Amino acid sequence: MTETQPAPARDDPGRAVPAIELAGVEKAFRVHGEHVAAVRGVDLEVGQGEFFSLLGPSGCGKTTTLRMIAGFEEPTAGEVRLHGRGVTGVPPNRRDVNTVFQSYALFPHMSVFENVAFGLRRRGVPKGEIRARTGAMLDLVDLAGRERRRPSELSGGQQQRVALARALVNRPRALLLDEPLGALDLKLRQSMQVELKRIQREVGITFLYVTHDQDEALTMSDRIAVMNEGLIEQLGTPREIYERPATRFVAGFIGTSNLLAGEVGEVTGGGSRAALSFGPDGRVEVPVRDGLRVAVGERLELTIRPEKIGIGADEPADGLCGVRGTVTEVVYLGTSTSYNVTTSAGADMVVFQQNATSADDAAARGDGVWLSWDPLHSYAIGAPR
Amino acid sequence: MTTRTRPAPARRGTPRRRRVDGLHAYTLLLIGWLILPVAIMIAFGFNDVHGKQNYRWEGFTLRWYAHLLDKDDLVTAVVNSLTIALLSTLLSTVAGTLAGLALGRYRFRGGGATGLLLLMAISCPEVVMGASLLSMFVTFGLPRGYLTILLAHVMFSIAFVAVTVRARVVGLDPAVEEAARDLGAGPWTRFRLVTLPMIMPGVVAGALLAFVLSIDDFVITGFTSGATVTFPLWVYGSTRTGTPPQVNVLGTLIFAVGAVVTAVTARRGARAPDHSRAW
Ligand SMILES: Nc1ncnc2c1ncn2[C@@H]1O[C@H](COP(=O)(O)OP(=O)(O)O)[C@@H](O)[C@H]1O
Ligand SMILES: [Mg+2]
Repeated sequence: MTETQPAPARDDPGRAVPAIELAGVEKAFRVHGEHVAAVRGVDLEVGQGEFFSLLGPSGCGKTTTLRMIAGFEEPTAGEVRLHGRGVTGVPPNRRDVNTVFQSYALFPHMSVFENVAFGLRRRGVPKGEIRARTGAMLDLVDLAGRERRRPSELSGGQQQRVALARALVNRPRALLLDEPLGALDLKLRQSMQVELKRIQREVGITFLYVTHDQDEALTMSDRIAVMNEGLIEQLGTPREIYERPATRFVAGFIGTSNLLAGEVGEVTGGGSRAALSFGPDGRVEVPVRDGLRVAVGERLELTIRPEKIGIGADEPADGLCGVRGTVTEVVYLGTSTSYNVTTSAGADMVVFQQNATSADDAAARGDGVWLSWDPLHSYAIGAPR
Repeated sequence: MTTRTRPAPARRGTPRRRRVDGLHAYTLLLIGWLILPVAIMIAFGFNDVHGKQNYRWEGFTLRWYAHLLDKDDLVTAVVNSLTIALLSTLLSTVAGTLAGLALGRYRFRGGGATGLLLLMAISCPEVVMGASLLSMFVTFGLPRGYLTILLAHVMFSIAFVAVTVRARVVGLDPAVEEAARDLGAGPWTRFRLVTLPMIMPGVVAGALLAFVLSIDDFVITGFTSGATVTFPLWVYGSTRTGTPPQVNVLGTLIFAVGAVVTAVTARRGARAPDHSRAW
């Protein structure tokens, strides 16, 4: 345990206090006498009113992180701060955040109204106000008229919205949602994504949203932290995460991504740009992210999204990156066509081309082609494994 | 088949034909077999006997209902049985519910052993349990009587309550209680408003079981009663001299109460998993 003093509430006017702050937070469980690290050091700040997602595969520590913020688990090391105040040792019933559980966890013996009013009653809110706020909240989640139903008499989507209303009605300073749409079918999930985003905008409450669904995170979030094995791999806006995946894991986990490795032939711009040499089969320049050091002669790997790559018979113009290859597969996907290309640079790459007015494919199976892209669309992630 | 040109004539009075197949006959036979002793007990409570033996039908009377409380020692025995059953139900339901909650919810040192002990307490032959309780009370120098009967009944009832409640607790989603906590409920509020209502069906079932086990227990009570007499002990003692019809009347009344309670709980159970307003 690190002995961290509870931080005093910061209220310098220049900088807004983050709604949620994690500083070096770790959590280990004892399982049969052995320590299992679930969260291995997470730092993040969630701004007020922000829709922030924790995205990662099952078992990467998302739920554990959320439970430490809610107060159901205490960190093994590090500190959780809510609105600038350390909350070590503060039980969940005295934290100003509320949780929407994956299983909804509705009270089965209470009506919808009683479920939603539960938190307000615990805080001694006057009866009239409880009725008004609960009613308004049920309106917001489109459940007006269902006050007297039991949870078991509602559909999955309706139960989900009761869980949401039950948490939101307390006007918490942050709402924690653990895969809230995980149990719904795809269609309902998609419409609830839009709905959730609308509600969040209307109430203006900070949302910390846990999901393993990359589409969900990309469409809903202001910012995303991609987690893997108890660590944050990358933190950024959906666009940053998608277009500039910082690690091999992020590149692979989110969407389809191409990995291309080569030997560094030249480093320019004070280490901010590297050129990989493929001789006559291609030339590739790539921006190097901060904190990554490259040296001439070392091998470097870069990622590039399939839809950023052009495909053609001619060698690309100067200033663009280009690699030569042979088309091995062409798949028509409706709005786009996908090409699999074996490149001379040694990697198999996937290219998506929008299907515009032209009825012809850009290339056919067996064609020798040049792949080309703007260097800005590729991203160096480090030495290949 | 059903061309509805005009309403079919009412066929009142015509008995509906029933197929009496093998299963049907078996069911009727079984019900008859189960009901026959009860029916005889009820009938002989109305028997107008004059001697000591209540074995032959001698005519209908309500005399025994009117003179139900004539035999002081029988009344004492019934009062003993009822108060012991109520007290032991109360105590064992509280203790057993807490034990069932702990066993169903937490993994703790000794938890497995406790679970095993419960099973042993349930499966242990009553004679053995009675004999060992007796020797325990003798060892402790506890005079046998009302208190030792009560202790013994609480002891064997706890196991049944704990097992019923545990079964209910294991099926609960732990997140529901966490949700209550998250919404600002402290430990006691959480238990009162969320946990208890959710396990209530198990608690009620356990309590009914405890009451039934206590009120007609004979073997263990016999070992631990000393000079105190309960209803089953009194009835057994009376068979040597002739069981008075009041016993049938009391049996009938106990049966009636049991039937009503069973019917009520069955209906509540069928209606919904809730029988408690949350506040
Ligand atoms: N109470 C617990 N006891 C032991 N191990 C746990 C406990 N909770 C979570 N873990 C382990 O911690 C890791 C992360 O779990 P979790 O936070 O639930 O992941 P996620 O929500 O991302 O799927 C998993 O390996 C899981 O087995
Ligand atoms: Mg999880």
